[in-house]
Amino acid sequence: MIEPGLIYHMLFISATLFFIGVYGFFTRRNLVTMLMSVELILNSVNLNFIAFNKYLWYDKLDGLFFTIFIIAIAAAEAAVAIAIIINLYRSHQSIDVEKAEEMKF
Amino acid sequence: MSGSTIIFYLLAAITLVSAVLAVTTRMIFRAAIYLLFSLIGIAGIYFWLNYEFIAAVQIVVYVGGIVVLIIFSIFLTQQAGEQLPKQKMGRQLFSALAAFCGLALVMLQLAQHEFTGTGNKAVEPTVANIGYQMLGVDDNGYALPFEVVSILLLAALIGCIVIALKSKPEKA
Repeated sequence: MIEPGLIYHMLFISATLFFIGVYGFFTRRNLVTMLMSVELILNSVNLNFIAFNKYLWYDKLDGLFFTIFIIAIAAAEAAVAIAIIINLYRSHQSIDVEKAEEMKF
Repeated sequence: MSGSTIIFYLLAAITLVSAVLAVTTRMIFRAAIYLLFSLIGIAGIYFWLNYEFIAAVQIVVYVGGIVVLIIFSIFLTQQAGEQLPKQKMGRQLFSALAAFCGLALVMLQLAQHEFTGTGNKAVEPTVANIGYQMLGVDDNGYALPFEVVSILLLAALIGCIVIALKSKPEKA
C-alpha cells in the first residue's frame, strides 16, 4: 500500500528542515551550533533520498545506499570538524567565528 | 484520518519543532538536546516508512555517535551555564527572510510538479537485499563506493588525531 500523495508531505518536511538548517547556519556564530545546523541539512537530504526511494523508485534501493553513504560521510565530517574546533579553542580560547579572523582578508 | 497518519504527523511535528528550537535557543547544551530529539524524530519517520535498517543506522550513528561527540565538544569548549550572546536583529531578520524565500521557492516548484512513480515491482528494503547489493560487484553493486567510504573514514580518523594532537614545544 504505497500512496504516492504522501511524497509531498515528506518533501515538505525535508525542505523545511533544510531551510531551518540554513537559518541556523546564517544566524549562529558559535562553531558547535553551526555544526548542528549542518547536521540538520544533511538529515534533510537523507529524508529526501528515502522519500524518493520509497514512493517513486521503489523497484531499486539506490536512494537507500545514498543515504547510508551520506551518513558515513557525515560522521567523518563531524569528527574532523570537532577536531578542528578543539584545536581552534586551544589557540583562541573561544570557538566564536568572529574571533578567528586572521585569514579573513 | 487513520492512526498511521496521526503518527506520521506527530513524528513530523516533533522533528520540525525540535529543529526550530535547536537553531534558536540560546543555551548551547539545550540546542544539542533538541537536535537529539529532531534526529530521533527522523529515525521515527524512517521506521514509519518501513526502512528499519536506515532507522537503526540513524539512531546508532547520529544519536549514539554524533550527538554524543557534539555534547563532549560543548563540555570541552564552553563555560557551564553561559548563554550564547544575543544575535543582531538585522542578521536574524535577513536570515529568516532568506530561508523563507528559499522555502517558498521550493514549495512553489513542488506544488507545480506532478510526480509519477515507476510501475515496476517493489524491492523490499530488507537487510538481506541491502547486504547483497552493498557488496555486489555487478552492475548494481555498491562494492566500490563502500571501499572508498571505508578509506575516507580511515583518512578522517587519522586526520582527526593529527589535527587534535597537542604539539609539544620545540626544545632549543
